Amino acid sequence: MRYIRPLSIEDAVGLLAGSTGTAAILAGGSDLLVRMKGGFVEPDLIVDIKAIEELSEIRETADGFSIGAAVPCAVLGESAALKKAWPGVVEAAKLIGSKQVQGRCTIVGNLCNASPAADSVPALVAAGARASVVGPGGRRTIPVGSVPTGPGKTSLAKGEIIEAILLDKRAPRSGDAYLRFIPRTEMDIAVVSAGVNLTLDEHGVVTAARVALGAAAPTVLLVEEAAEAIIGRKLDEAALERLAKVCFGACRPIDDKRGTIEFRRKVAGVLAKRAGTTAYARAGGK
Amino acid sequence: MAGVAVSTTINGDSVEYLCQPDETLLDVLRDRLGLTGVKEGCGTGDCGACSIILDDRLVCSCLVLGAEAEGRRVETVEGMAHGDRLHPLQQKFLEHAALQCGICTPGFLIAAKDLLAKNPDPSEEEIRFGLAGNLCRCTGYDKIVRAVQDAANVMKGA
Repeated sequence: MRYIRPLSIEDAVGLLAGSTGTAAILAGGSDLLVRMKGGFVEPDLIVDIKAIEELSEIRETADGFSIGAAVPCAVLGESAALKKAWPGVVEAAKLIGSKQVQGRCTIVGNLCNASPAADSVPALVAAGARASVVGPGGRRTIPVGSVPTGPGKTSLAKGEIIEAILLDKRAPRSGDAYLRFIPRTEMDIAVVSAGVNLTLDEHGVVTAARVALGAAAPTVLLVEEAAEAIIGRKLDEAALERLAKVCFGACRPIDDKRGTIEFRRKVAGVLAKRAGTTAYARAGGK
Repeated sequence: MAGVAVSTTINGDSVEYLCQPDETLLDVLRDRLGLTGVKEGCGTGDCGACSIILDDRLVCSCLVLGAEAEGRRVETVEGMAHGDRLHPLQQKFLEHAALQCGICTPGFLIAAKDLLAKNPDPSEEEIRFGLAGNLCRCTGYDKIVRAVQDAANVMKGA
């Protein structure tokens, strides 16, 4: 096995594209090293991307935010500007693991690990986040939701790296929120989860909405009917009930030791309602 | 496999070592450098017994490769006391009997040091959340929380 720490994204792409055998990208390592230890993966090449300077930055641009692939989740929580604009994304990222894991884990890693229960992914999909992908063929920008294609599988081709997650500049009167259900108070994997992102007009009427569910299907679910159910009205009790009902119906969860299908469907609705209420309040709705 | 040559700083001292590319920093610290204060509990980032501070971030050394320490600063429990003078956290862990078997203790001490560096006056809830990445199967955590609260008081007065 070789360990290489390139200084540029082009070098990293070249190494991955030219590799024979199994190559792995190392950012926080909180998934990769566990898989290596468990014998699930034996990389011939590890490309550590943390020495690539621009990947370790959160940049605020005219268009919004660019979060580098090597930025640990702990740093997301320390960015006041990001927290103010996208509190739902930050609260989701902060739910991943312990303090120790927070110091290493990244949202790009969370996305590329492609667990259906990944905490940051529903929040990013609700936020309409995009991934900037660099590969041998150049750069492309794709919706975050198109990265995971199934448990542990992504749409990325050989040699491709997600260099950053892009979040739009916020429209006025916007808010987002993320909630998950776990049987403990923290340090657990989502049984089911919901991210909601809203923009309101000056009367508190929802003008734009995105609702995403986690651990409710093999990949994150963007529930367009849930958005349609609340756009054009205030988020009152009746709208919240419709939101919950649509989310209940949209789930395609599994039955396992952490929750039954019935339980997950019900809780998905409850969480969508609660996350919706918080996002609405954050957007200034009353 | 070719060895990786690493230059790093551990507890303020410059250290150089050779390690295998797939060797964890936990194994390097314990088996190559004799710093056995870091413990292997789970080896998968769940228990916190191998906690260290890496460039001012609390991390599990089992989830870091030895090669990644190049050019960085590592703090372990061995760097907490000054000669015979214990760190206030160590002193208070003793006074409050905040340990039984002791395997988790170095990880708790480092995690508590990181917690108090970032939040010198934590509430009980903040301590419990802050130390949630460290597992102890003996104490039930109450004595640990009290020791950290007491150490925080001492350190504020210092």
